[in-house]
Amino acid sequence: MKRIVTLNTRNLSESKKNGGCGECQTSCQSACKTSCGVANQKCEKAAK
Amino acid sequence: MGLIHSYKLNGYNIVLDVASGSVHAVDEVAYDVINAYENSSREEIVQYITNKHGVSEQDVLECLDDVEELKAQGVLFSEDKFRPDVDLLSKRSTVIKAMCLHVAHTCNLNCEYCFAAQGKYHGERALMSFEVGKRALDFLIENSGTRHNLEVDFFGGEPLMNFDVVKRLVEYARSIEEEHGKHFRFTLTTNGMLIDDDVIDFANREMDNVVLSLDGRKEVNDRFRNTIGGQGSFDVIVPKFQKLVKARGGKNYYMRGTFTHFNPDFTEDIQTMLDLGFDELSMEPVVCPPTDKYALTEEDKQVLYGQYEKLANMMIARRKEGKPFTFYHYMLNLDGGPCIYKRISGCGSGTEYLAVTPTGELYPCHQFVGNKDYLMGDVWKGVVRDDIRDKFKRCNAYSRKECADCWARLYCSGGCAANAYNSTGDVNGTYTYGCDLFKKRIECAIMLKVDEAQLDL
Ligand code: SF4
Ligand code: SF4
Ligand code: SF4
Repeated sequence: MKRIVTLNTRNLSESKKNGGCGECQTSCQSACKTSCGVANQKCEKAAK
Repeated sequence: MGLIHSYKLNGYNIVLDVASGSVHAVDEVAYDVINAYENSSREEIVQYITNKHGVSEQDVLECLDDVEELKAQGVLFSEDKFRPDVDLLSKRSTVIKAMCLHVAHTCNLNCEYCFAAQGKYHGERALMSFEVGKRALDFLIENSGTRHNLEVDFFGGEPLMNFDVVKRLVEYARSIEEEHGKHFRFTLTTNGMLIDDDVIDFANREMDNVVLSLDGRKEVNDRFRNTIGGQGSFDVIVPKFQKLVKARGGKNYYMRGTFTHFNPDFTEDIQTMLDLGFDELSMEPVVCPPTDKYALTEEDKQVLYGQYEKLANMMIARRKEGKPFTFYHYMLNLDGGPCIYKRISGCGSGTEYLAVTPTGELYPCHQFVGNKDYLMGDVWKGVVRDDIRDKFKRCNAYSRKECADCWARLYCSGGCAANAYNSTGDVNGTYTYGCDLFKKRIECAIMLKVDEAQLDL
C-alpha cells in the first residue's frame, strides 16, 4: 500500500481467545497513582 | 459512533482503529479518503480528493481499494465486538492481587497538595504495626486464588518512617511465598528524606520498583515539598535519589513529580530531572478540588497540550542523540500490550486492588482511604461491604456513557474511579479534564511509536 502503513499491534480479537489470565500488574501501581491507563501495562503472558 | 480516530501531529497523519487497536500512518491523500469514507460515496470521494490534492482518479480509486482491504482484514472501521454486558462483568468473580499498604500515616514533609496531608487521613497519625501488616499479607495470599504474582506497595504518608516494619514484612513475605506458590513484587514510594545506605541496599535488593517523589525545578519542588518547619526538601533529597539510582544498577525506578496551576510548563521540570541524571520519569497533574488555588484551570489545559507535544519532541531529540529517557504515560507496547480483558476491565480498585490503613482497614484504593463511606472491611473480617465492591466491579470501559463512544476507551478502560468520584461525586462518573489530558497523552504516545517506526511516506 503506497499511502497507508500499518504498525504492528496486538490483535485484540485474537487476545479474546488467549488473554485474561490476570497475571499482570494492576493499573494504578508504580509511578502514577492518580489515573487509570492500561495501554502501557506489560502483558505478563506474552513475556512468558 | 466513531469507529476511527484520526489526527495530525508533528507532521504525521495518524488513524487509529478504535476496536481493533490498529494504528495506521497515512499520507495526506489517504487521510482525507479515510475521513470521508463513512459518509460519502466512492464517486463523491474521487471528486473531492482529485480536486483537493490534484491526484489522478486512478490514484484515489487505488487508495479506496486499500481502505476496503484493511476493512476486510478487520483493522480499519472494525466493529466493536467486545462491548460486554456490563451486568455480566459486574458479576464476575475476582481475586485480590495487589495491595497498597499504608504503613505510615505520618510524614516528615508537609506537602500542601498531598492527598494524604491536611488531615485527609483525619489527623490520626499512625504507624502500621508488624502484626497488622503480617495479617494483610496473609489476607492477600488467602484471597488471591491461583494468581502467582502479588503486588504490594509500601505507601504512606512516608513509608520510611516505619522502615523497620517494612523490612520485617518483606522478610515475612519472602519466608512464606514459596510454600504458597506465590511471588511478591514490592514497590516503595518515598519522598527521599530518610534514604541512607541501609535503605538503598534494601530497596535495591527487595523492591521491584521504587518511586521517588520530586517535582523538578528547585523552586517548583520547594514550593510544596517542604518540611514541617517550612524548609525546602530539594537540596536534601536530590543527592540521596542520585545515589540510590546509581546503586540500582538498571532495576526499575520512577521519578515522579506533580504539576499544578503554578507550573503548567512542566517540561522544564522534566528537563531538570534529566539534567540531574534521572531518566525514568513521570509527571502527574495534581488531584484536588477545583476551588484550590493550585488547581489546574481551563487555560492551563491549552498550555498542557503544548507541553505534552513538547515533551514528545524532547524524547525524539534525545533518542536521536542516543540519550533516550522514558515517560511513564508514553510507554506504549503496541504489539505485546495488554489483552482485551485487561483493556476493558478498569483499574481493579475495590476488586483486585485494595488499600490497607495502619489499623488494618480496607479501602477500594489509596485515594479513598479515610473516606468512611468507602470503608469496606478489615484484614481480619475481610470485605464486608459487598455493595461497595460490586459498585467498583461495574467500573469498566463500557460502563459510562461518555466512555461508550470515546476512542480512548481501550487505552484507559474507563478512567480512574477516584478522579471520577472527586469531580462528580460518583465513582461511575467521568472526570472530563483528566480525560482530555489522557487523550492528548495517548495521541502523543502513538505518534512517538509512528516516529520510532521511521516510515517512509
Ligand atoms: S497478563 Fe496479559 S493475557 Fe494475562 S490478563 Fe494481563 S494482559 Fe491479559
Ligand atoms: S474515562 Fe475519559 S478518556 Fe477514558 S474512555 Fe472514558 S471518556 Fe474516554
Ligand atoms: S481508582 Fe484511580 S487512583 Fe484508585 S486505583 Fe484506580 S486508577 Fe488508581
